[in-house]
Amino acid sequence: MGDAVADPLSVPANAPEHCPGTESELAGKSAACAGCENQQICASNEPKLPDPSLPFIRQRMSTVKRKILVLSGKGGVGKSTFTAQLGWAFAADDRIQTGIMDVDICGPSIPTILGIASEQVHSSSSGWSPVYVQDNLGIMSVGFMLPSAHDAVMWRGPKKNGLISQFLKDVDWGDLDYLIIDTPPGTSDEHLSIVQFLKESGIDGAVLITTPQEVALQDVRREIDFCRKVGIQILGLVENMSGFVCPSCHTKSQIFKPTTGGGKKLADEMGIELLGSIPLDPRIGKSADYGISFLDEYPESPASIAYLDIIDRIKEILGD
Amino acid sequence: MAVLETPVSKRLASVKHIIIVLSGKGGVGKSSVSTQLALNLYQSSSMARVGLLDVDLTGPSIPRMLGLDGYAVHQSSDGWVPVYADGADARLACMSVGFLLKNKGDSVVWRGPKKNGMIRQFLSDVRWGELDYLVIDTPPGTSDEHLSLLEHMAPLHSRLSSVIVTTPQAVALMDAMKCLSFTRAVNLPVLGLIENMSGYVCPCCGEVSNVFSTGGGEEMARREALKFLGRLPVDTELVSLLDASVTSSSADANSTEKSADSFRLLERYLNTSSAKLFKHIMDGIIA
Repeated sequence: MGDAVADPLSVPANAPEHCPGTESELAGKSAACAGCENQQICASNEPKLPDPSLPFIRQRMSTVKRKILVLSGKGGVGKSTFTAQLGWAFAADDRIQTGIMDVDICGPSIPTILGIASEQVHSSSSGWSPVYVQDNLGIMSVGFMLPSAHDAVMWRGPKKNGLISQFLKDVDWGDLDYLIIDTPPGTSDEHLSIVQFLKESGIDGAVLITTPQEVALQDVRREIDFCRKVGIQILGLVENMSGFVCPSCHTKSQIFKPTTGGGKKLADEMGIELLGSIPLDPRIGKSADYGISFLDEYPESPASIAYLDIIDRIKEILGD
Repeated sequence: MAVLETPVSKRLASVKHIIIVLSGKGGVGKSSVSTQLALNLYQSSSMARVGLLDVDLTGPSIPRMLGLDGYAVHQSSDGWVPVYADGADARLACMSVGFLLKNKGDSVVWRGPKKNGMIRQFLSDVRWGELDYLVIDTPPGTSDEHLSLLEHMAPLHSRLSSVIVTTPQAVALMDAMKCLSFTRAVNLPVLGLIENMSGYVCPCCGEVSNVFSTGGGEEMARREALKFLGRLPVDTELVSLLDASVTSSSADANSTEKSADSFRLLERYLNTSSAKLFKHIMDGIIA
């Protein structure tokens, strides 16, 4: 694509297709700006006012110590499952307060995986209360706001961004040691918004999830490129669904063959750390369907051991 | 209903059927189903002309699956020329944002309006020519890409239909239900449901493991009065074939040499166990 690429973070959510970006010299003056509701603001030389919700987000986030993003360019690689396990593992220490925020607006899986799919959000004078799985593990997801689990959320970008901003400023998160943010696949509105909204508060880092085959690695390569473009530190890469041990003959086979070297090679190539590889265990999916903690239920599984090693390494990298 | 002439409707006037492959959830096999559907439709007759459009803009997988990584789209006076997966025969036309990227690791960081514009261009500016079928692979969810597709193709509504792909576990079925609600809200006919990744056969002892549970898709189809098109187990042969591209060697498929006169990917695909199963699925789709 030959056209000058605007800094993705300086393109407002309601901008037209060829928006040059608000920081550009062409802001408000390019052909694409005609008809855009921000044109006057961009064209005037007055200092641009920041998003009015930013101070509220900053205030709300001031009591959150660590903010971790779980990302992957590809869908269905286990972002939500990993997020849930990470939440459960942090919350296993009852002195630690953990929050999980699900910004996958069109396909929220977190409520089901954590076994709280039928819960609803309550509001109080201090904002929306998260749904608590246990005393020290609070969750917020659009899944708690739908009249029925079958309803589709047919929203375009700006509406999704509005809800994400509300999740950050209107939810009564309280004092948190960790806020884990589960994202949808891709590199689009949700991802840009979360980075924009948390720019001032700071994101401690991102954990990238992949599966071993090249089709997934391709998308993760794009996600790494995204993280570098917007300046998010990458804590490391997790290779999920890495091999399968047959419950009958105990032979290990590769369901998703690492035809191009898998997560290890990608990590080396991109200069990031491979945090670990988690084998596929059919009980992981089953636990997610029933909303129970895989780590507590099957501590002897090689997958549980891999999860815990990865979680320890994440804590170590964060210096906790 | 008054039929509106738009650049999209004009361009797609010579397309007989448009099949949109949907799933609420990511990673359930939309792209592999789209690829298989296109290959099967291509194979169904020596005259069949098929188009495959990838509107997953931030995570395009179709070029890799068809062994077309590194190919580029050319401009002609009559619009963009799609990449032909079968080389000189030019009966399988593909279009993806992947063909427009300079490096395969480049991220496409676009918000809704830009995605909408790209989709409009894919529909109105690509020289699809005469097509019997246009298969459209979508990203997960029910958001900008899906709404834009349907908006732009509204004048062609009578030729539109969809196939829903899911995996058997509850978490995926929930998203498949959302997707079904979406098709109902926009009045898009659903040809049926495919249950993908339904069981995995151990290559050592032949034991079938239900890595992502089983039967959930069929159950959902019955409950929602949808046609159940069939069940596809995890086929490692297919995974490797679509993943490694035709080059199959460790060398990356970055060469831009012309694909061989014979369509090797198709030949190899027809030897997989999935191809036999998918034949029935396709028959159910075009029935």
